[in-house]
Amino acid sequence: MGAKLTETNAVSDTPWLNQDGQQPLVKIKGLTKKYGGWAAVDNIDLDIYEGELFCLLGGSGCGKSTLLRMLAGFETLNSGTITIDGVDMADVPAYERPTNMMFQSYALFPHMSVEKNIAFGLQQDRMPKSEIGDRVHEILKLVELENFKKRKPKQLSGGQRQRVALARALVKEPKLLLLDEPLAALDKKLRKQTQFELANIQDQVGVTFIVVTHDQEEAMTLATRMAVMDAGRFKQVGTPTEIYEFPNSRFVADFIGSANIFEGRVTENGADHVRVKTEIGEVFIDHGQSVNVDSKIWVALRPEKIHIVKSQDPASGPNQVSGEVDDIGYLGETSIYKVKLPSGHIVDVTAPNQTRPMNRTHRITWEDKVNISWEPSSAMLLTS
Amino acid sequence: MYSRRSRFLTIMLILGLAFFYIPMIMLVIYSFNDSKLVPVWGGWSVRWYQVLFESEEVWSAVALSLKIAFINATCATILGTMAGLAMVRFGRFRGRTLFGGLLVAPLVMPEVITGLSLLVMFIALNQLFGWPGERGFTTITIAHITFSLAYVAVTIQARLTGMGETLEEAAADLGAKPFKVLTAITLPRLTPALVSGWLLAFTLSLDDLVIASFVTGPGANTLPILIFSRIRTGLRPDINALATIIILAVAICISIAAILMFRQQRADMLDQQMAAREDT
Repeated sequence: MGAKLTETNAVSDTPWLNQDGQQPLVKIKGLTKKYGGWAAVDNIDLDIYEGELFCLLGGSGCGKSTLLRMLAGFETLNSGTITIDGVDMADVPAYERPTNMMFQSYALFPHMSVEKNIAFGLQQDRMPKSEIGDRVHEILKLVELENFKKRKPKQLSGGQRQRVALARALVKEPKLLLLDEPLAALDKKLRKQTQFELANIQDQVGVTFIVVTHDQEEAMTLATRMAVMDAGRFKQVGTPTEIYEFPNSRFVADFIGSANIFEGRVTENGADHVRVKTEIGEVFIDHGQSVNVDSKIWVALRPEKIHIVKSQDPASGPNQVSGEVDDIGYLGETSIYKVKLPSGHIVDVTAPNQTRPMNRTHRITWEDKVNISWEPSSAMLLTS
Repeated sequence: MYSRRSRFLTIMLILGLAFFYIPMIMLVIYSFNDSKLVPVWGGWSVRWYQVLFESEEVWSAVALSLKIAFINATCATILGTMAGLAMVRFGRFRGRTLFGGLLVAPLVMPEVITGLSLLVMFIALNQLFGWPGERGFTTITIAHITFSLAYVAVTIQARLTGMGETLEEAAADLGAKPFKVLTAITLPRLTPALVSGWLLAFTLSLDDLVIASFVTGPGANTLPILIFSRIRTGLRPDINALATIIILAVAICISIAAILMFRQQRADMLDQQMAAREDT
C-alpha cells in the first residue's frame, strides 16, 4: 500500500478551476437513465478531478443514488457517456471498473470474518498471499480495527461495521471511491465524529471520493465541491460556501439551510449597488449584479445574517424593518425568532444566546417590539 | 375468570394434541402386539420386529426408496437452484412469466395427472428409442425430480428475493467475476434454503405413492408402494413395526434440527451482546 497511503496530495486545492490544465478523473456527459418514461437521471454533465471529495446532495428519489450506481456499473445508461481516467466505461462491467463502492447497508459478507471481508477484493486480483496480508494489516491499522480482524460482521457495533466497509472499499486503492450515504446508519453523535474521520482518511489516502447524502450538514462538512440535485438534474454545483452564500435559485437557497425569500422589483441597478423594492420594504445591496431595472426578482435572507434588537422606535430606511416577536424556538446555543411584520410577513431570525439569562427570562420574548436589520452585502438576489 | 379461561385453553390443547398423536401412539403400541390379528390384543412382544428384520423384501424397498430419495433430492436441488436463480437474478428475459408459470405448474397439478403423463411419456420414449427400458428405479427417479424441483425452485426463489442483491453487487464491485460471485457469496448465503430444499425433495420422494405407482415396473417396490400393497391384503402387524421405526427416525431427525437451531440462536444472541458492548 505504502506510497499511496502516505503520500499527500500534490494537486491543487481547487482543481475544478482548471488553472493548470489538469484532466478531470471522471467525465460525465449527457448522462440519462430512464425507468419507463420517467428520467431518474436527466442529461447530467459533470467533471470530477483527482483528489476531490465530491458530494451529491438531494432528497430521496432525486436520482443521486442512481447516478452513483451508474458510476459503479450496476445500472445501465440510456444515453450519455461516463469516462473514468480517460477510459469510456460503456462496455466495462462492474467487476472491471477502477471504482469501489461503500454501500449504505455496508454489505459486509456475513459469513466471512473482518479480515476475509477486506481481503476479498485483493484475492480477486490474484495478489500474492503475503502482500494481501500486509495490505489488510495496514488498512486495519488505518481504521483502528486491528484487534477485531477475526470477528464476524454481526459481532461488531454499527461504527465498527462502517469502518470495515470503508476499509474493504479502500484497500484496493481504487481511482474513485463511491460512498452511498456512508454515515446514515450511525447515530447522531457518532456521525458527527465520523464525518471528520472520513475527511481525514480521504486526505491521507488521496483517493477521489464521491459521496451521496441527503444530509446537508454532512455534505457541507465533507465536500470540496457538491452538487444539489432535484428530479434527476443538477440545480447547482459548487463549493459549500458558494452553494450556501451564493445560491443560484430559490430552490437551492431554500434547500440548503433556511432562507427568508421575498418577491420584489429592481428599482435601481448601479455598477456597485442594486436597489430592490420588496414586499417587506426596500433592500439595498452593495455590490453589482446583472439584473434589469424593473424586472421581477427574489431577495433571500439567511436567518443568521439578520440582526435583531428590542426597540420601541419604528425602523426606517433600507435593510431594516420593525416587527413583533410572534414565536420563539429556543435551541440552547441559538434561538429562532419568528418576527411578524406589519405587512403580515413572518421573518425567521436566528441569534446566538451569548449571555446567560440570569433571572431565567430572555432579553427578547413573545410580543416584544423589535427592529431587524442586515448588512448591505447579506441579501442574496435570485432571478429564478 | 383467568383460571377458567386457562383451563379451557388447556383442555383444547390436550384435545388438539390427542387428535394428532393418539393414532400414532396406537400404532406404536400395536406394533408390540403378540397377536397375528391387528385388532386383537395378544400381549406384549417384539416378534414383528424380528419378522421385519428378516424380511428381505422390506429392506430392499427401504434401500430403493432411500436411493431414489437421495438422488432425487440432489438433482432437484441443483436444477431447482438454477431455475430459481434464473427467475430472480437474470432480470426480465423473454418468456420469464411463462417460465415462472411452467416452473410452479407441478405444484398445482393433480398427482394422478403427473403420474399418468409421465407413464405415457416413458412408454413412448421406450418405443422410439428403446430407453428407459424396463420401468423401475430410473423412471421413478426421473418422475420424482420433475415435481420435486418445483418445490426447490420456490424455496430458492423466496430466499433469493429475501436476501436482496446488495452483497452480490458488493462482491462484483470488489472485482469478483459472475461465477466467483455465485460460488463465494450467493451459494454460501443460500445454504439454509439449499438444505431445506434438499430435505423437502428428499421427504417428498420418500413419501410419494401415487406417481411412483404409475411409473414403476415389476419388482421395483418403493417403501410406500410396498406398505400400501400389503395393507390392501389386510392390516399386518409387521407393517406397524416398520411404521414405528420410521416415526422414531423422523423424531430423531427433528430433535437434532431443534438442538442445532437452539444453539444457533444462542450464538446469535451472544454476538449481539458482544456488538452492543462495543458501542459504549
